Amino acid sequence: MARLTAGIAASHIPAIGAAVDNGKTAEPYWAPVFAGFDWTKAWLTAQKPDVVILVYNDHASAFSLEMIPTFAIGCADSFTPADEGWGPRPVPTVEGHADLAWHIAQSCILDEFDLTIVNKMDVDHGLTVPLSLMFGQPEAWPCKVIPLAVNVVQYPPPTGNRCFRLGEAIARAVASYPEDLNVQVWGTGGMSHQLQGPRAGLINPVFDNAFLNDLTADPERLRTLPHIDYLREAGSEGIELVMWLIMRGALGHDVRELHRFYHVPASNTAVGHLVLEKAA
Amino acid sequence: MTTDIHAYLAELEDIPGTRVFTAARSRKGYHLNQFCMSLMTAENRERFKADEAAYLDGWQLTPAQRNAVLTRDYNAAIDEGGNIYFLAKIFSTDGKSFVQAVSTMTGASVDAHNAMMIAGGRSPEGLRSKREAALAEVAAEAGDMPGSTI
Ligand SMILES: [Fe+2]
Repeated sequence: MARLTAGIAASHIPAIGAAVDNGKTAEPYWAPVFAGFDWTKAWLTAQKPDVVILVYNDHASAFSLEMIPTFAIGCADSFTPADEGWGPRPVPTVEGHADLAWHIAQSCILDEFDLTIVNKMDVDHGLTVPLSLMFGQPEAWPCKVIPLAVNVVQYPPPTGNRCFRLGEAIARAVASYPEDLNVQVWGTGGMSHQLQGPRAGLINPVFDNAFLNDLTADPERLRTLPHIDYLREAGSEGIELVMWLIMRGALGHDVRELHRFYHVPASNTAVGHLVLEKAA
Repeated sequence: MTTDIHAYLAELEDIPGTRVFTAARSRKGYHLNQFCMSLMTAENRERFKADEAAYLDGWQLTPAQRNAVLTRDYNAAIDEGGNIYFLAKIFSTDGKSFVQAVSTMTGASVDAHNAMMIAGGRSPEGLRSKREAALAEVAAEAGDMPGSTI
């Protein structure tokens, strides 16, 4: 049977992708950001996940205002990097796992989580930047990826509790997949940042570090945190953090924190990163 | 978290310097944001750069939206229903980064904005709530008065 073994949380800032693509990772501004992921790179090389369910949000790339699915699962065999206005990132095509993705979609719908099934979807920096952070610049990504796109652009986005419970449903679905696969769930986006208006540039390390702590110590507090608190405390784009709760919900009650990193800034954003292992 | 959509939406308007992308803004900005999406192909970006005004004629923008695009006034574009992730297609077409575009909305130069970010970013103190900020101002004024106990 498929095994859900671990979760990763990471911010997914476009400038990080640009730094990788333009060979700037060793520059003084960027070196400390990438150093925070060295431990994880080595750990992933040893872990060799077969599939990553990658929770992210589309930033008006695959989904315009024509269609706004709250939760959309990518069931295609592959996904092309999106052209977000400066040409597609020069990164490998993302290989999906259509069979497991369809299994999760079907299982979750019967479990009363009505995912939108997507068979054609370009993937933007929200998905490709975490892959670059964890795997660097390989010829091909070393695992299959199932994109799970969450709407956090058009209000209201899903509640933290709904995200957490979707994670639980995904874990049940993975556990009933017959093939022996090592599956990870990644939650991406955040941490504090605001990209609009005179309040832009907001950073709140107190809120961010409490969030990092409570993802392990007190997820019950986080699942009931209202949207307005994310907005007031972590900036208008800090709402992306609700997606981390899908990852956390999928890991079950007991987790062990293996690695943590926090750094300000990357562009306008606080970079947060956690590696959590599911307790046996 | 409240499930009363009216209370939920009212709270979203209480954050200083912030316009949350609600249904009202999304409906107002539909054509503006959809125009932005059109800049996701190299051909359209070339056509736009060659003659911005003519390109915009093909979209049902209000005069205020059109002017916001032509002058790259991102605060005005957001007031007219634009969303930053859509508007990003415009500044990406210009070859500008989020830091460059975002700094234009704060009144600071790019260098000053970047320096603020490197120094730890903008503190949320005093920027959480319009209502609380107004109350604090009243309290501060009262506190200035001789004999005040506030
Ligand atoms: Fe994002």
